[in-house]
Amino acid sequence: MKKYTDSGSKDTRSGFGAGLQELGQQNENVVALCADLTGSLKMNAFADENPDRFFQVGIAEANMMGIAAGLTIGGKIPFTGTFANFSTGRVYDQIRQSIAYSGKNVKICASHAGLTLGEDGATHQILEDIGLMKMLPHMVVINPCDYNQTKAATIAIADYDGPVYLRFGRPKVANFTSADAKFEIGKADVLTDGTDVTIIATGHLVWEALQAAEALEAAGVSAEVIGMATIKPLDEKAILASASKTGCVVTAEEHNRFGGLGESVAQTLVTNHPVPQEFVAVNDSFGESGTPAQLMEKYGLNAEAIVAAAQKVISRK
Amino acid sequence: MSQQDLQAVVSQVRRDIVRMVHAVNSGHPGGSLGCVEFLTTLYFDHMKHDPKAFTMDGKGEDLFFLSNGHISPVMYSILARAGYFEVSEMATFRKLNTRLQGHPTTHEGLEGIRIASGSLGQGMSVAIGAAEAKKLNDDDRLVYTLHGDGELQEGQVWEAAMYAAAKKIDNLISTVDVNAKQIDGSTDEVLAMGSIQAKFEAFGWHVISVAKGNDLSAVKHALVEATAASGNGQPVCILLHTEMGNGVDFMMGTHKWHGVAPNDDQLADALSQNPETLGDY
Repeated sequence: MKKYTDSGSKDTRSGFGAGLQELGQQNENVVALCADLTGSLKMNAFADENPDRFFQVGIAEANMMGIAAGLTIGGKIPFTGTFANFSTGRVYDQIRQSIAYSGKNVKICASHAGLTLGEDGATHQILEDIGLMKMLPHMVVINPCDYNQTKAATIAIADYDGPVYLRFGRPKVANFTSADAKFEIGKADVLTDGTDVTIIATGHLVWEALQAAEALEAAGVSAEVIGMATIKPLDEKAILASASKTGCVVTAEEHNRFGGLGESVAQTLVTNHPVPQEFVAVNDSFGESGTPAQLMEKYGLNAEAIVAAAQKVISRK
Repeated sequence: MSQQDLQAVVSQVRRDIVRMVHAVNSGHPGGSLGCVEFLTTLYFDHMKHDPKAFTMDGKGEDLFFLSNGHISPVMYSILARAGYFEVSEMATFRKLNTRLQGHPTTHEGLEGIRIASGSLGQGMSVAIGAAEAKKLNDDDRLVYTLHGDGELQEGQVWEAAMYAAAKKIDNLISTVDVNAKQIDGSTDEVLAMGSIQAKFEAFGWHVISVAKGNDLSAVKHALVEATAASGNGQPVCILLHTEMGNGVDFMMGTHKWHGVAPNDDQLADALSQNPETLGDY
């Protein structure tokens, strides 16, 4: 089984900041907006280098989404930045009408998604944002897994004409994908080849899935790990190819089990190739304060939980 | 355009509005009728725009955003009469597969519409974005918006108003249709807003109040004054005091025609008050 190593833990939000900075240097149509969280979103480099193309909107996310929609009228490619909670739930109607329904080329970039925001607690730990965004017609939803992939995805979405939701996080996590890899929207990454179980993970859970696969290998179980950065459009071909081979699937995500990646995978499986599936996800609950590691353990979102789900789903074959 | 020609457009647009709403027994005639003189003057006399070569970006053109999207009948009539699309398409208003949706949308590719509106309070933010893009593109044309006064109850409007003043969006002219009415009654009954003028001034806007918002020459004067006030570091607000239902006597002076269609007899009455000038669709 292919092994991955952490080249040095970094936060995915810094990958966004680095990608945005590079875009600022490459593409004069790229503009960025932030609702008073420039430091948290790592947007300072872009703001410093492109003061005319950076819009500090203050604590007014609804207005930010509208301004972003308007900036596309005139050929700009706006990247909005704030926490995932304020990027989605707080401004759902603005995104729905002024961006999604209006077909505007806005990139909604959301940090501090999920439980790993940590100590700030449930008011800020959105676990429903993937569902909210994927339900909007034609919205692309991407949740990259590490620094390198977040940087590559940030750069890639500038070349895609249409609304995108890019989700990333706060804590330092393993950085294990190649720094040179191009990001392709809608394409899954088959990270390990396996025959007994397919593990499809997104975001911070991809590294956990790889750790789980190593543990499973030690126990004689061959796991195929698929990194599913793009949740919509979903790479159904990759899912079905793997499920046909292994005969069972575990999905893993830092999100409510309702509305997340797992639900999309289940829909693909049940309409094409029904096989047993287990969900590693938050079980219809809000989060709470704690360290990221404590929270991921309490809510069952780590390698250990993926191993248990894999063993369970194999027994259901 | 001469006053006489503008008046001819006004009469025809009023006919279009009541005929469209009557045909599908739905839509919003009251606010539409109240804004006919404003939009006629804006599109036929004031803005620089090219109806025959519509582009989403509108570079080198003045842009208009309708924030109170429910007055779509007047918007569609103005756009069709200005030449953005065939007037015959008004017959499809609110019908299945139409581009003339109940509330305006870009979704169906209708020329002249650059943003969906209907859910209130969003248009000023969008217009600010478009105005910022014009500044980045060294495009010195202006961005116009229209809002209902009831719409000002939406908080996003004031987020946008605060931003526009703080960031000196001085290529933006936002007009508020002050008809003092909304669906449930008068604005004072529903949620009294106090002095709208004082509020915009407190936010840092240059405010022009127009007492006779249904008078073509008063509207023209206000738009000229607003344009002259632009480019001076402040966004400009026109408070246009209008009569909901203007031009159809039985629809005036009440909020009851906000979202109600006329029956056959009422349509005939309304049409009799507004002569056919440019040919019905």
